[in-house]
Amino acid sequence: VSKPRVAVLASRIRTDEKHILAALDRRRICYSHVDSRTLWSFSHGTAATPVTLNRELAHHRAVYAARSLEALGVTVVNSATATEICGDKWRTSLALRAADLPVPATALALTPDAAREALAAVGYPAVIKPLVGSWGRLVTLVPDAQVAETVLEYIAALPGPQAHIVYVQELVAARGRDIRAVVVGGEVLGATYRTSTGWRTNVARGATSQPCPVTPELVKLATAAAAAVAADIAGVDLIEDEQGRLAVLEVNAGVEFSGFQQAMGDRVNVADRIVDHVLSKVEAL
Amino acid sequence: MTTTERSPTMLSCPECASPVTLAATPRLSEILECGDCQAELEILAVEPVTVGLAPEVEEDWGE
Repeated sequence: VSKPRVAVLASRIRTDEKHILAALDRRRICYSHVDSRTLWSFSHGTAATPVTLNRELAHHRAVYAARSLEALGVTVVNSATATEICGDKWRTSLALRAADLPVPATALALTPDAAREALAAVGYPAVIKPLVGSWGRLVTLVPDAQVAETVLEYIAALPGPQAHIVYVQELVAARGRDIRAVVVGGEVLGATYRTSTGWRTNVARGATSQPCPVTPELVKLATAAAAAVAADIAGVDLIEDEQGRLAVLEVNAGVEFSGFQQAMGDRVNVADRIVDHVLSKVEAL
Repeated sequence: MTTTERSPTMLSCPECASPVTLAATPRLSEILECGDCQAELEILAVEPVTVGLAPEVEEDWGE
């Protein structure tokens, strides 16, 4: 019996993970599926697998698993560093800024009180986002200082010190849509417009995806954003202002690609390209 | 609460007892949705197939 060369770390086998596992099955790759909920140490075989694809959807589990595996010499895709940066909106903002990429005006306030000034500096309407979290959850549109007062009171009442650190961003007037580009191994696989009837354009909140033209500017920005956060596999969210200028909103290390794949049809198979990339890591060892 | 398979491709939803059809090759930790009550179900074992209610979404879940 051959030993697995690849492990897929995932506590939840959603449509995306099923496609990835099916792509591995089609190529007859010997792999193991590791449920991160069962891990309490990596002494029972996981470290024997030289490459792990990290599809754990719980950010903290994903980070600690990646750090632990890397300490044992495992190549983790995405790396622990990429997962840490992408999972924290402010760390992402700092990485994008360090790479000199266009981003909306963004500020971090270390207390809800300080957030009043930060919001005034960013300007209204603004958006308050949790530092960690996804799917548009708790992302709050703040139209003016009066609403800000109330939202910040709620934030101050939240348990946990991290909740009191307030990430503030300008609301880019954006035609009711944003752009999702999927980058694997430094290559843009394609891009989709994500359109919503609400102001949040997350597919998890019901936004729909349609193909978006892949321009040289988009390719340059998406690949640079993925590189800035050290992500081999990335879902890069871009926003277009009223003049058509692109800015990077965020980069997702655990890219969910069902909506993207549906919109792209036969033009690209994301799961296959992810598997290609992971296998290239195995071959490079 | 969990339920085990009552035929190779059919289970009962542990929430509402409605029949839930399985994919041809169910996978451990796979997520299903009950067509009747929309409960999210997780495959807890594959031989035999056992399903339970999937864990509630936690605040650090996502992309």
